[in-house]
Amino acid sequence: MKERLQIERIETDILIIGGGTAGCYAALTVARNSKHRVLIIEKANIKRSGCLAAGVNAINAYIVKGCTPEDYVDYATKDAAGIVRRDLLLSAARRFNDVTADMEALGLVILKDENGEYVARGNRNIKINGENFKPILAKAVNDEDNIEILNYVNITNLLVNNNQVYGAVGFSIVEEKAYVIKAREVLIATGGAAGLYRPNNPGFSRHKMWYPPFNTGAGYAMGILAGAEMTSFEMRFIALRCKDTIAPTGTIAQGVRAKQVNSRGFVYEDKYGLTTSERVYGTVRENQLGNGPCYLRTSTITKEQDEELLKAYLNMAPSQTLKWIESGKMPSEQDVEIEGTEPYIVGGHTASGYWVDTNRETTISGLYAAGDVAGGCPQKYVTGALAEGEIAAFSILDKWRETVDIDQEKSEQIEKQVNIILGEYEKIRNTENSVFSIEELEEGMQKVMDEYAGGISVHYQYNEKQLKLADEKIDKLLELTNQIAASDMHELLFAYELKDRLLVCKALIAHLKSRKETRWHSFNENLDYPKTDKNYFKYINSKMENGIIKIHFRDIVEEDTYEHTNQSR
Amino acid sequence: MSIRINQDKCVGCGKCGEVCPGTLISIENHKAIMKYPKNCWGCVSCVKECSVGAIDFYLGIDIGGMGSVMNVSSTGDILHWKIKKTDGMEIMIDVNRRDSNQY
Repeated sequence: MKERLQIERIETDILIIGGGTAGCYAALTVARNSKHRVLIIEKANIKRSGCLAAGVNAINAYIVKGCTPEDYVDYATKDAAGIVRRDLLLSAARRFNDVTADMEALGLVILKDENGEYVARGNRNIKINGENFKPILAKAVNDEDNIEILNYVNITNLLVNNNQVYGAVGFSIVEEKAYVIKAREVLIATGGAAGLYRPNNPGFSRHKMWYPPFNTGAGYAMGILAGAEMTSFEMRFIALRCKDTIAPTGTIAQGVRAKQVNSRGFVYEDKYGLTTSERVYGTVRENQLGNGPCYLRTSTITKEQDEELLKAYLNMAPSQTLKWIESGKMPSEQDVEIEGTEPYIVGGHTASGYWVDTNRETTISGLYAAGDVAGGCPQKYVTGALAEGEIAAFSILDKWRETVDIDQEKSEQIEKQVNIILGEYEKIRNTENSVFSIEELEEGMQKVMDEYAGGISVHYQYNEKQLKLADEKIDKLLELTNQIAASDMHELLFAYELKDRLLVCKALIAHLKSRKETRWHSFNENLDYPKTDKNYFKYINSKMENGIIKIHFRDIVEEDTYEHTNQSR
Repeated sequence: MSIRINQDKCVGCGKCGEVCPGTLISIENHKAIMKYPKNCWGCVSCVKECSVGAIDFYLGIDIGGMGSVMNVSSTGDILHWKIKKTDGMEIMIDVNRRDSNQY
């Protein structure tokens, strides 16, 4: 038997789970507007954790001159074929420019013209140097006295009683230590989920993916377990990327106006449409028709443009610059091959995540969500994550209660919950000779999702029979996680990442099964129902009840505000 | 996709491991070790953090890597990126953090 984990108990006012873009900005907002104590818990280190580790190449959600927040809402609504929350998009879009100006004040470099105006890249984007975006934000957070940061701690469970959140439980990944955190209000900002499906490069470079491989759906999983309502998991996100390096294509497509062409030189993007999902779908179809590989036509650009592209990629995806130089062929000499990634669940690009009200409070009282973990607000990107962090922070401050009553009975029930969670950590730490390793189970999960739930190998398509098999196989893998072993704290993290991903897969399959139509090609390509059906112009939401994921349909919200009707507070 | 840590150059300061978004690097016997090479995302945060240039970034052969390595040093706002090919050829690209992307 290993020695039991040392237990550290912490009380704070506001607990923020996840120190990425949204979490850091929420903390900063609270610190600037109140004296409340904030605790950020981050499983890595806030300096480079989350989506912006390597940098970000542009601000892609900005209201450029001549446009309005309503224009942004219209664009995002059309791109998602109507399955969005107008109130969430509008409230985020109204803040895009203010949060950008604040980042500039903190040190972010933004390109300006001779009149001092930001230079637009397309209709909703501005040009920046985003290499050090996250270190700039992290420094601002570090400079605030009432923000405490606990790096290298992974939260696994929320403490929820009678639909009210009281805190969370987790463990250190560098010390043999568990944490029990009590808080008045909790913001979850853990990001989306990568690694559910077999990736583009399943071998040595398995983590060379679009989304951070360290965003493993932990926030979704702890919400599902706590009975929070989730929305639109079936609106998967598949990114169109440079082949192999999985580097962004927007810089080439928008920056040097490169068109999508097939191997016969035909510009196919006009044929399939220009929404985010149609751009992926077109590429998939062209490959299926034998017209692959597909490219972004860069062979028409100049040597000077080559140089600028090399630099731009160093600021966000250096592997692409290395690839160009290593191959000896610059983009002006060879078109850039493109491919779709494996599907992800991510609320910053599509609409998957917590079902929140306009204030970003979830269906659990006192639990807020912001950034990629929050649903209903697609294409919010980095500025949207900042905006949602700010909205959630202001909502928390507006609703502030000076005293919180926890009676004896409740606190005993919560303590019981804590002990169950801590017991689970000890069980995994003390298991020996498990039949399968965590890595083997993860590969098993990714293969099931790939083949039966619309992964890369089946061109993102699936039917009901395949989904049923996927569900059965994921159940078997979930059962096997009862026997997993972790020899050290980092392996304990891997164990929870696997458990979280499997639970997210389970919810995802339930959502995919329920949308009996094809609303977004590739993102949800249901071969039994290949057309859009107006009866499914609804949100598909889910909630775990007694261990079972229950689906319910909700009507589209067209108002500018939305309140939960079943709140206890 | 991963990194190689030159054990002769490494001074064991641990900054690379602190900043890695996957916490994949640990210090053993006063030297940094890439503990989980297959889990590397390729963000190069560690390469930027290393003040003695001990970390090289490379592409796995499964994504077209041919043995070239990349690292970066900085003076003030300028990042000096260096790519060394297997034939010994070196390519330097300077990027100023004060300059925005043109695309």
